[in-house]
Amino acid sequence: MTITDPLLHVSGLTKHFPIRGGFPVKRTVGAVRAVDGLDFQVAEGESLGLVGESGCGKSTTGRLITRLLEPTAGRITYAGRDITHASRRQLAAVRPEIQMIFQDPYSSLNPRQTIGRIVAAPMEIHGINPAGGRERKVRELLETVGLNPEHYNRFPHEFSGGQRQRIGVARALTLSPKLIVADEPVSALDVSIQAQVVNLLQTLQKDLGIAFLFIAHDLAVVRHFSQRVAVMYLGRIVEIANRSDLYENPRHPYTRALLSAVPEVTDHARPRERILLTGDVPSPIDPPSGCRFRTRCWKATDQCATETPPLTRIDGNGTGHLAACHHPETARTTVAV
Amino acid sequence: MSTHTQVSTHTQAGAAFLSVRDLKVHFSTEDGVVRAVDGLSFELERGRTLGIVGESGSGKSVTNLAILGLHDRGRTALDGEVLLDGKELLTATERELERLRGNKMSMIFQDALASLSPYHTVGAQIGETYRKHTGASRREARARAVEMLRRVGIPQPDVRVDDYPHQFSGGMRQRAMIAMALVCDPELLIADEPTTALDVTVQAQIMDLLRDLQQEFGTAIIFITHDLGVISRIADDVLVMYGGRCVEKGGRAEVLRAPLHPYTLGLLGSMPSLDGPVDVPLSPIPGTPPSLLTPPQGCRFHPRCAFAEKVGGGLCGSNRPLLEPSEGHSERHAAACHLTPEQRREYFADYAAARVN
Repeated sequence: MTITDPLLHVSGLTKHFPIRGGFPVKRTVGAVRAVDGLDFQVAEGESLGLVGESGCGKSTTGRLITRLLEPTAGRITYAGRDITHASRRQLAAVRPEIQMIFQDPYSSLNPRQTIGRIVAAPMEIHGINPAGGRERKVRELLETVGLNPEHYNRFPHEFSGGQRQRIGVARALTLSPKLIVADEPVSALDVSIQAQVVNLLQTLQKDLGIAFLFIAHDLAVVRHFSQRVAVMYLGRIVEIANRSDLYENPRHPYTRALLSAVPEVTDHARPRERILLTGDVPSPIDPPSGCRFRTRCWKATDQCATETPPLTRIDGNGTGHLAACHHPETARTTVAV
Repeated sequence: MSTHTQVSTHTQAGAAFLSVRDLKVHFSTEDGVVRAVDGLSFELERGRTLGIVGESGSGKSVTNLAILGLHDRGRTALDGEVLLDGKELLTATERELERLRGNKMSMIFQDALASLSPYHTVGAQIGETYRKHTGASRREARARAVEMLRRVGIPQPDVRVDDYPHQFSGGMRQRAMIAMALVCDPELLIADEPTTALDVTVQAQIMDLLRDLQQEFGTAIIFITHDLGVISRIADDVLVMYGGRCVEKGGRAEVLRAPLHPYTLGLLGSMPSLDGPVDVPLSPIPGTPPSLLTPPQGCRFHPRCAFAEKVGGGLCGSNRPLLEPSEGHSERHAAACHLTPEQRREYFADYAAARVN
């Protein structure tokens, strides 16, 4: 392992959920191909955004990386260690370094435990006794996330949604992780509160150098938070690039359509191009052959049905800007800085 | 109260199709009286879309449930006036309301899966409303349901009409809800966060659909959302609610481009954009929305307002500001804030500069 290795290296990651049916003996009759061959890396201290519509497999990806789900195939390497099928015991050494922030601040906190206990739980589980005691550490953490340390003995119901999400962040920070998987951390919050939490996460990322896998469906939030962004469609990454490349020079038709569909307050001043996609996302049980986007793509040809486009660097792209498309969008000549 | 008289003189009070004046909705709960809506006035004409924006608990949904008479009658105290095409709704009997609901006015709910019955086919649910209000036969209702499904863009409507809601995708369910709401060609359509649970690509489809249908039938639409981006795409007029009151209203472009109220300004500032600068932190509104059991005195936004100290004499904490137009802005654009026009120009200028860049 060299120093330049990425913190997290994912290759060919696949998760198929079996569908059981039949009578009288239940057997596997098919599979939901939630995640189907993902390749990406997250460098130390970097934030990678994962965007896509519901059902595209972004949350499953997050759960695979935290190993809350067992991958069907592929490899997950964390800091040079293969954790794809690591046992509970082997994972115990890695788990403190990979933490998770959940979407719903209401269901992700135990209503019967005090905030102090919730935030101290990771230390309890891993048998860690920091200098000065656990309580002191928890109070520090509460202060870090912008909560009053005096609230140590309160229960979750005494807090608002935004404050609860801060508690979730404090819990994720307890063991000083190197990688946080944040699954839609702000989508359940009101706009004004959402900005507070985004700012908090951004400060933490900069100050503590934590790498993030930031899963969200809101493209504007992802753009604000992540240096690199991957766009998923039906279990595959269709495009991955630096923030500026992806948002200013999208090459995959889906990325372009997705960006054009975001309603923006500035719309009336400078109308942007609108691409209306028709229909719905196909079922991941029986995804289209070849390129999975072809059923909704206005550029699809026979080639798209027969050949799966590889995720590669397309002519005119900067390094690290990969797209999986046979007929990519033309590069914009003026690339804003 | 002077609030509504001031405003209603600016919009021709008689012409409006829907007119809400000084509406108050108070719930009595174990903990006390919740003032969910506290003196709200607005007007809506045929063929126009009013966007109501606000955070959770600002009273936007309650307002519209009260208009439709869907509130819990046993525990709700209503006050004020709601006129739909000249007919007073707040004092109407349940029978009268039943005749209006689904017929003259209808609603699209946020959660389509929870709002559709899992035990009945989509076609039966769309047809039920139609049969109730027109006395059509089962066969006619089914034909009407197929026609409505076709109109909202469901592929193979003659087959899908016999499907159950669970066989539809999220976007299709929302379309079926819209079909159900529009089956009797209502003149007023209330859409309560109809696209919030949907993906952006589907959301764009639904908004286009609503706009097309509005152009076709001249429906008046109230569109409730917390997303200012959605508002900017669909609304003609915007009403911003905070703590059960209207803090600002006006034309879409006026409100979004040159907001008069610090809360509207704060909302705009806390939204990340697709082309703004990325390395500056967002400017969120500090604090949390107020409890409506014990709302703050004076301006309900003052505990979170960055400009409250600029207004002399603690006015924001004691006197409720009136909703009135500001100097140098159009007559229709009104805000409830104690800041003077000069102060606004001075303090809001930084924000405007930041938005342009």
